[in-house]
Amino acid sequence: MISYGQHQFPGKLFVVEGTDGSGKSTQLALLYQWLKAEGYPVFFSEWNSSPLVKDTTKRAKKRHLFTPATFSLLHATDFADRTERDIIPPLKAGAIVLADRYIYTAFARDVARGCDRHWVRDVYSFAVKPTAAFFFRAPLNVAIDRIVSGRPSLKYYEAGLDVGWSDDPEESFTIFQGKILEEYDRMVSEFGLTVIDASRSIERQQREMRMLIGPYLNRKKRARSN
Amino acid sequence: MPGVEQEQYSGKLIVIEGTDGVGRSTHTALLRTWLESRGHAVLDTGMTRSILAGRGIKEAKTGHTLGRLTMQLFYATDFIDRLENEMLPALRAGFVVLTDRYIYSAIARAEVRGIDSAWIRSIYGMALVPDAIFYLRIGTAQQLVERLLSSGRGFDYWESGMDLYLGEDFYDSFIEYQTRMLKVFDRMTGEYGFHVLNASRSVRSVAADLRKAVMRVLDETGPSAEDNVSVIQPRRDKAATTKAGATLLDLNKKALP
Repeated sequence: MISYGQHQFPGKLFVVEGTDGSGKSTQLALLYQWLKAEGYPVFFSEWNSSPLVKDTTKRAKKRHLFTPATFSLLHATDFADRTERDIIPPLKAGAIVLADRYIYTAFARDVARGCDRHWVRDVYSFAVKPTAAFFFRAPLNVAIDRIVSGRPSLKYYEAGLDVGWSDDPEESFTIFQGKILEEYDRMVSEFGLTVIDASRSIERQQREMRMLIGPYLNRKKRARSN
Repeated sequence: MPGVEQEQYSGKLIVIEGTDGVGRSTHTALLRTWLESRGHAVLDTGMTRSILAGRGIKEAKTGHTLGRLTMQLFYATDFIDRLENEMLPALRAGFVVLTDRYIYSAIARAEVRGIDSAWIRSIYGMALVPDAIFYLRIGTAQQLVERLLSSGRGFDYWESGMDLYLGEDFYDSFIEYQTRMLKVFDRMTGEYGFHVLNASRSVRSVAADLRKAVMRVLDETGPSAEDNVSVIQPRRDKAATTKAGATLLDLNKKALP
């Protein structure tokens, strides 16, 4: 088993992180289009996408079966499957892997829920260290407004209702997101996350991302057809 | 850790461990009936029986895409769900919790698969230290094969360690895989203080030994003074074992400098 920071692959791994509603998925989708157009082999991987774990997660969320520890472990199971299936093989093949949410999402959410900070980091120590990790930082009220206005109702675990801070979904969500943001801020120096100011225009953020990623790209890896 | 606070509870946690096919489930069932007949409330549990992850693991195992790390974490999810939602509440309510396999099988399977042993132990760090761990030991993998065939079960993909490519066929792979498992269990015997029971004897005599030993755990006097039980007394590390509510994390901290 190879630990975080010890893997050596020809491919590159870029991840986006941030609170819900920070616009990170939009940015990653734009990056994906650009890299593809430039002729790079790109592979996209997103949080909570393991076909092996999907049904279990869905059922547990619906029936409120999770505790903070099992929530953490089942998401780690999902992430392990992603790592073994979608992340390591393309990296070995020299591709660019783009990940929408990575281990930092678990570190932020699980610790906000009350899991031990060291324990969660230990659980995920098998993860490949990203080439660069972008943290889309939006002011708390902006992120909350985007989510709350964008959907009919907040989901149970999304709002952190399982923790019991408040019975009011919106209030609980606000407390939860505040704690998550605190954890992200703490991780900026711990893991060397690149902070992107998510309150600026989509175009400006995308220009910044492309500029930051440029130096890591190997022009020779582009497909001949382009 | 969330959900698992250090606490005193009135129940007893009794673990039955052993490799595949040594008779763990037979003995767990016998022990349960016997304990209930003596007036103890019993909860029995075992791997992949969690409401949360049991079904998902079984489904994943029927396919061919379950990676090594994913498997360990799926099992850990199953274990912690049973720990928090079944074992702990039962222990608090004064039950005898009988568990067919515990974290030791999970650790052994991980180690045989080349998984970092500090990693897997850290994941299970929130497990409770059992009041007793009975290891049903059989000497060789060949003996396990005999049992497997006479029980009519035959070879199973995972019990044969086929995911490890250890041999040409199920038989070769089974022998190699179970031999490695037996080695890891032997190593853990001293480390975690297993009570070893020679499982190559008749079901009846193993069950008799098990009852005597369980009676001691429950502080009850046995029916017979004659005590020719082949139970190897575990190393009694006072600080680390059988303190109700102490976690293995503490045990690890003490064991690791």
